[in-house]
Amino acid sequence: MTALLPRRGLAQILALIVILAVDRVVSPQFFDLRLQDGRLFGSLIDVLNRGTPVALLSLGMVLVIATRGIDLSVGAVMAIAGAIAASLADTHSLAVVLAAALGAGLICGLWNGFLVAVLGMQPIVATLILMVAGRGIAQLITEGRIVTFSSPDLVWLGNGSVLGLPVPVAIALGMLILTGAVVRGSALGLLIEATGGNARASELAGVGTRAMILSVYVWCGVCAALAGVIAAADIMGADANNAGLWLELDAILAVVIGGTSLFGGRFSLLLAVLGALIIQTMNTGILLSGYPPEFNLLVKAVVVLTVLLLQSPKLTGFAGIAARLRRTKA
Amino acid sequence: MQNSPDPALPLLEVRGISKSFGAVRALQEVDFTLRAGEIHALLGENGAGKSTLIKVVTGVFPRDAGIVRIGGEEVAPRSAKAALAAGIATVYQEVNLLPNLSVAQNLFLDRQPMRFGIVREGEMRRRAKALLAEFGLDIDVAAPLGSYSVAVQHVTAIARAVDLSARVLILDEPTASLDRHEVEILFGIMRQLARRGIGIAFVSHFLDQVYEISDRITVLRNGRLVGERETASLPRLELIRLMLGRELAETTSARASVGEHKVREVCASFENYGKAGYVAPFNLELRHGEVVGLAGLLGSGRTETARLVFGAERADGGKARVEGAPVRLQSPRDGVRHGFGYCPEERKTDGIVAELTVRENIVLALQAKRGLHRPLSRREQDEIARRYVKMLDIRPPDAERPVGLLSGGNQQKVLLARWLATSPRLLVLDEPTRGIDVGAHAEIIRLIRELCDDGLSLLVISSELDEIVTYSDRVVVLRDRAHVEELAGEAVDVGNILAAIAADGAGVAHEGRA
Repeated sequence: MTALLPRRGLAQILALIVILAVDRVVSPQFFDLRLQDGRLFGSLIDVLNRGTPVALLSLGMVLVIATRGIDLSVGAVMAIAGAIAASLADTHSLAVVLAAALGAGLICGLWNGFLVAVLGMQPIVATLILMVAGRGIAQLITEGRIVTFSSPDLVWLGNGSVLGLPVPVAIALGMLILTGAVVRGSALGLLIEATGGNARASELAGVGTRAMILSVYVWCGVCAALAGVIAAADIMGADANNAGLWLELDAILAVVIGGTSLFGGRFSLLLAVLGALIIQTMNTGILLSGYPPEFNLLVKAVVVLTVLLLQSPKLTGFAGIAARLRRTKA
Repeated sequence: MQNSPDPALPLLEVRGISKSFGAVRALQEVDFTLRAGEIHALLGENGAGKSTLIKVVTGVFPRDAGIVRIGGEEVAPRSAKAALAAGIATVYQEVNLLPNLSVAQNLFLDRQPMRFGIVREGEMRRRAKALLAEFGLDIDVAAPLGSYSVAVQHVTAIARAVDLSARVLILDEPTASLDRHEVEILFGIMRQLARRGIGIAFVSHFLDQVYEISDRITVLRNGRLVGERETASLPRLELIRLMLGRELAETTSARASVGEHKVREVCASFENYGKAGYVAPFNLELRHGEVVGLAGLLGSGRTETARLVFGAERADGGKARVEGAPVRLQSPRDGVRHGFGYCPEERKTDGIVAELTVRENIVLALQAKRGLHRPLSRREQDEIARRYVKMLDIRPPDAERPVGLLSGGNQQKVLLARWLATSPRLLVLDEPTRGIDVGAHAEIIRLIRELCDDGLSLLVISSELDEIVTYSDRVVVLRDRAHVEELAGEAVDVGNILAAIAADGAGVAHEGRA
């Protein structure tokens, strides 16, 4: 009986395998990989590369959601960071560009965290402010134009490769390991889960719940800024109107697909990133299949529904009842 | 006060009602009788079963056993609506009407006067106005209900209930958020309704109001009926004894276990410590190896004192010292840092983190105390959890089970373990035995004594006077949010505590809490 119940992560892995199989059917060369100029090419690598921004966003978002919050501003923060990076790229070194862009993300995160943790605003409203204002700020930075650059350093960040992997993929992998090491290597993970599970009780147990909440929004801002820099480096320019547009929703989706409840508490970094990959595998598959991209949204909805149904305790309850009925009949 | 139209026949008869929630028996064979035209107070401390009784009678909760009769006829309502149809209406402290609709719409919700399928607004307002006039209320019935005071909302709810031909009116803490003048108006209406033959049962924590308005009193304690008396022949001291204590004889022998001890060192002391509108400034000394009990009625300032001592609430005056050194207690973190622990009364909302495991719940406070950068390794966590699961006999003995799945008594033990793991010098326990089955109850009392013998300082709140007398070296008695008496040594007995709670009570005029 227990074998029928989805174990943690099983539903997500199954979903990924099914989608990969479907992709293989619509595009026979989907699993082909080739090495060219010391870099791997192929649809799978493409999935990883395209999936990087949402994967980075979901790394921050999963921690925010674990504290029972949400951050709607990550798309706008991407636009701000991209605009800053593009504006400075041709006149400053990569280190300065990165420091400025990530610093902006940190400030954005502090702002969100201040509104939520210190002023006690509802997260969805608090981050809505920056979601709206952030895009305006980004447009002010680019003065309404699409700012392009040719700095080879920044271009490398979006298009280069290390050890055969595209640089963005390597960065995302590095961030996953770094976040995991910080969160699970220290007591942060437990204290975040306690804060999200029951903030009042955690506060009374001596947990600095405000500091927890503030820090997850800061980290979410930094992750979003990094995603913004990579998105800008990828297209060698910053488009304040469209960079990161609606990606906050994909990030939330990735976290939810990854099994973290919007009511806070237990979270999994790895599964959130897996969620982001599931979304991107779908996107790429539809693109390769030749169907119009409009289908993307519908298919996405169906896949999300399926994953959530697999996780639903009610449904597994039904499965249990059905199994019992079968047994009694037999 | 009033003459019942037919005192021989009770209007509402509740016989042998029982109700359990899991292992907790909320009501055990409770009887309740309401006569026509009487005002009947239903009293008891938190957890006595008043709300459960109301909810069982009105069909909100299904009952396990017992019968309810109205006018001699047996009824078994399955919902509040069915109860209303049977003639029982309930008005809760938080008025359950719709604040965004007009007063008239609220009064006639679900039964608006219609013509050709259209609501006759004018007719409805006219009737609403006439109805409220009976209650001495002249207001604009077209205005949203939410724009009026809580008192008006209460009267509206009562008017609606009475107009729906309710014969039994149940008022759950109707005066809790009313001022003195509004209370007078409400009482006037209650008397008027009683004269019309309606039976009114009401719950209140304000004893002065109980004596002012009620004809009879029924007292519940721990889910059992402990007495039904005529108000006029029940002295206040006797009433408090019914609400709080068991038989005096039971307690005197148990008290012997708390013997004379040598003079102990002071662990923490509070001087003129208090907060305006919360608890009046108090002096309190807590010593190592000593249990101090906090006794008083609900709302007397017991929990408030506990929260100030722990740091969950900031004092606005006075000095706090730990081991003689002055300290500032601004937050729970400060309390934890100084070696305090606090098991709050509301375990579910303020204590456990339900979805985390027993292990994680136990190590939470210790981990918070150590800080982020010094994480307890998984092996250390397992070791701590194993030790306390064994020591406190937490069941089932599975440290990886989400704590929300444990029984109340075991959740309480997990919270105790959480604080014991921090090696505290002072533990504050707020109603540590509430909602816990009998076996675990005795165990926790034994634990309190053991911890104390190990040199811990304990500050324990309980509504169970015999319990407090059993384990306390000293007892601080609170009344009306102030410490009024401190009993020590031989003076610690139920009689003295009751006397301190009841003293001057008649002279204290209760202003409604805002």
